[in-house]
Amino acid sequence: MSQEMVTVTIDGIAVSVPKGTTIIEAAKQAGVLVPHYCYHPSLPSPAVCRMCLVEVEKAPKLMPACVTTVADGQVVHVQSERALEQRKGVLEFLLINHPLDCPICDQSGECELQDYTFQEGRSATRYTDFAKRFNPVEDFGPDILYVPNRCILCTRCVRFMDDVAQEATLNVSERGDRAFIGIAEEQRLDHPWSGNVVDLCPVGSLLSKDFLHKARVWDLDKTGSICTGCSQGCNITIEMRDEVVVRLKPRPNMDVNRHFMCDHGRMNYRWMNRGDRVEAPLVRNGSGPSGAADWDRALDAAAALIRAASGRAVILASGRASVESLGLVRKLVDSLPVTAAIKVPLGDEAPLAGVPNLALRRERVPNLDGGRLLGYTDDWDAAVEAARSADIVLVLDAELSEAEAASLDAATGKVIALSTLVADWQGRAAVVLPVTTMAEETGVYINRDLRAQRFQQAKAPPAMARPAWWAAGEILAGQGPDADAPSSAAEAFDMVTRGHPSLDGLTHDALGWAGRVVAGGAGVGA
Amino acid sequence: MGFPHPSHPKETVVLSQYFGDAEARSYDGWVKRGGYLALRKALGMDRGALIEEVKASGLRGRGGAGFPTGLKWSFMPKGDGKPHFLVCNADESEPGTFKDREIMRWTPHALIEGCAIGAYAIEAERCYIYIRGEFTEPWAVMTRAVEEAYANGVLGENACGSGKRVDITLHRGAGAYICGEETAMLNSLEGRRGNPRIKPPFPAQAGAFGLPTTVNNVETLAAVPHILNRGAAWYKGLCLGNPKSTGTKLISVCGHVARPGNYEITLGTPMKDLIYDMCGGIPNGRKLKAVIPGGSSVPILTAEEAEHCVTDYEGVVEAGSMLGSGGMIVMDDTTDMVYQIWRLARFYAHESCAQCTQCREGTGWTTRILARILAGEGKPTDYDLLLDLSKNMTGTTICVLSDSCAVPIVSGIQKFKNEFEAYISHQRKPAFALGPA
Repeated sequence: MSQEMVTVTIDGIAVSVPKGTTIIEAAKQAGVLVPHYCYHPSLPSPAVCRMCLVEVEKAPKLMPACVTTVADGQVVHVQSERALEQRKGVLEFLLINHPLDCPICDQSGECELQDYTFQEGRSATRYTDFAKRFNPVEDFGPDILYVPNRCILCTRCVRFMDDVAQEATLNVSERGDRAFIGIAEEQRLDHPWSGNVVDLCPVGSLLSKDFLHKARVWDLDKTGSICTGCSQGCNITIEMRDEVVVRLKPRPNMDVNRHFMCDHGRMNYRWMNRGDRVEAPLVRNGSGPSGAADWDRALDAAAALIRAASGRAVILASGRASVESLGLVRKLVDSLPVTAAIKVPLGDEAPLAGVPNLALRRERVPNLDGGRLLGYTDDWDAAVEAARSADIVLVLDAELSEAEAASLDAATGKVIALSTLVADWQGRAAVVLPVTTMAEETGVYINRDLRAQRFQQAKAPPAMARPAWWAAGEILAGQGPDADAPSSAAEAFDMVTRGHPSLDGLTHDALGWAGRVVAGGAGVGA
Repeated sequence: MGFPHPSHPKETVVLSQYFGDAEARSYDGWVKRGGYLALRKALGMDRGALIEEVKASGLRGRGGAGFPTGLKWSFMPKGDGKPHFLVCNADESEPGTFKDREIMRWTPHALIEGCAIGAYAIEAERCYIYIRGEFTEPWAVMTRAVEEAYANGVLGENACGSGKRVDITLHRGAGAYICGEETAMLNSLEGRRGNPRIKPPFPAQAGAFGLPTTVNNVETLAAVPHILNRGAAWYKGLCLGNPKSTGTKLISVCGHVARPGNYEITLGTPMKDLIYDMCGGIPNGRKLKAVIPGGSSVPILTAEEAEHCVTDYEGVVEAGSMLGSGGMIVMDDTTDMVYQIWRLARFYAHESCAQCTQCREGTGWTTRILARILAGEGKPTDYDLLLDLSKNMTGTTICVLSDSCAVPIVSGIQKFKNEFEAYISHQRKPAFALGPA
């Protein structure tokens, strides 16, 4: 379907966009930012902040760029004197009742009011001699505080709850400059997706209690990643202060999660900071206790165990293991009969009503479908049962209950653990290899719609931990330096995808930032 | 007719003929006075011809904007298969205006008849009359009249036996000024917060419940039966030299006149006649100081400007203001203009819906500056500040409430700066004291 295109000139830059595009979006295409507050691409536009008024040639009044659609031949000025004067006026009005408490405000550093005021606001206020409006802080929900004094009434939060979550919880209460965001009586802002209002708030009015006063945002290191909370595969950013993950934020992907992520996913990061890690390879010394070893000895021991096995191999894998790790670990036992399963915790599905095909999914692992494509099932109990009579068991970072660990008794001495966390059952393992969490490595997950998406390494791995795909690749390549062992996740990915019926030809580069749906998948954007 | 005063010879009594006539309120009384003939005639007419007739009369919207009514009706899509709505704006919330109240109090059936004709003209089967929340008596009168109209077969699925459906539903507002703005009214009607909507889309494309809608003022619709009964040419003939402003207009006069009330004038009547003859002039031997001619949202006229002003749409614009809703506030030389302007600004600050930044914050800020001046704490820089804020508040928001707040401030500073000066330079005692800052 070819769309009718129109050409507009925005601040001297000509750009061709589909008919019906708003000026603000056309300006983005031209590389021009139109300052705005109430507009958000994933919400309906009320055109109330009046920040985005731009000069359109031949129009007598300034036009709101967020709701005015482009016309062919239109000439728009975002940086004209008139538009600038008007924005300066809006900024001044927004600031008269806004406290100057940036030094204690969590939003400081990523505050659009701060940014635009520095960019083009007045250097001093003319609102002298008057007290600012005051309303006390309100507790809106389990993770959300409302600081009304900072609120600029852009209503993004109200519209998110009304139109996207479709659970009308918030409202604009009162009128004039007494107005504030109100919450329906007897209600709490506890919708499973309500945390998004904190991201949407352009100022520090809606705050996450979890992040409250934790860090200054300019100190954060941010890394593009994928949420591990469920099989939806929301694109996220892992944000760290000094190697400690302090929050997760959604990263826009129009085909997966638009601009949103759920509260379950948002809070699912504390495991990334755990200190009870396996920090060095452990090798069992005959029938005695395990001792720390170097990687060469540990990999040799693991390789010897695999070579010696002739019966059934069982792989017990975590759903957080990457395609690279699942694929190469599976290749270790390709010559044997294999039972491979991923442990999949289940929960209630929690859809975000206003976005098609977006929900917190029942399957609370990010890579179940990646596993399925690589010969893993979700029949965990069968795999645990099979471990009792297995000739070799590979535990790929799966957390085992005591009962599950007991099933390894029969296979004691034939267990290879590729582990992030220290656990009691590892005493039964012949070899324990310290591996990295997904936050410490680069890799690919495949979501429920068979979209393969990359995540990047956010943190440094602790001590000797290496990615599981690296350990498996080294074992596959054999002893000594070998050119065939993958030296990067991209190479490991190539090894896994080469010749695979659905994944063949995919590379990390080809996946880009938005990911790609693999053969047989039908994602939203496919 | 300036009820409760008798009609003045300089008035042209059309809509107000039965003001004060209690019998005219009832269905029988109204029919006896020639009521519902126009509706019967209209229901037998071709819609196009009906709209042409109204266009030919020159009738313009009486709510304030003065948009030609027939033209507005012709904007409605024809035969699009969607339900259409007529919404009658009876919210009459503009300070100084009280003409629609009198139409509903005394001649409810005139409004019902006008609504039914209008609804038929725009292919609507339902008309909502949105009545201001504070209008308890008009509400009671209109409720009774609508019941009577149904009982007598005027309304309903077979209106006047024509086989056409015309329903009227009364809706009572909750007392917000902004709900007199047509799109805020539509939101309120739908059960939402009364916030003005962005235009486009205009109500004729997407109005009440997202469907094609025309919004007309009470006085506009009440004039329609007269046009059909007596012909467009007659109505167009009610004109004193300016063919763009035809017909009669109810002017609500309040303030410092001997006989405040509603006066029905042929458009084009000199404002001087209205104030000095019909209303009996300024009482107590005082002199005229200023007039706000069209409801509180229009620029203030000085005595001289008002005395030379012709009361029609173009004439008032020429004098530097607007005819607006026809709510005329007359002020004599005892009036403290700064105080009055502060009162107006305070009203707008109270009624701002809080959507647009300039309006939400600007109305409050300007009010506080005016209060500061009145309290003797004004600064010489306050003129520039008020004018600059007013500039930022004009033409930049979704509706014109913010502009309306700026208008009296700007015209007040332009025309009565000496009174501001008296407060700022302490030549005059403070009107009141501010609370602790």
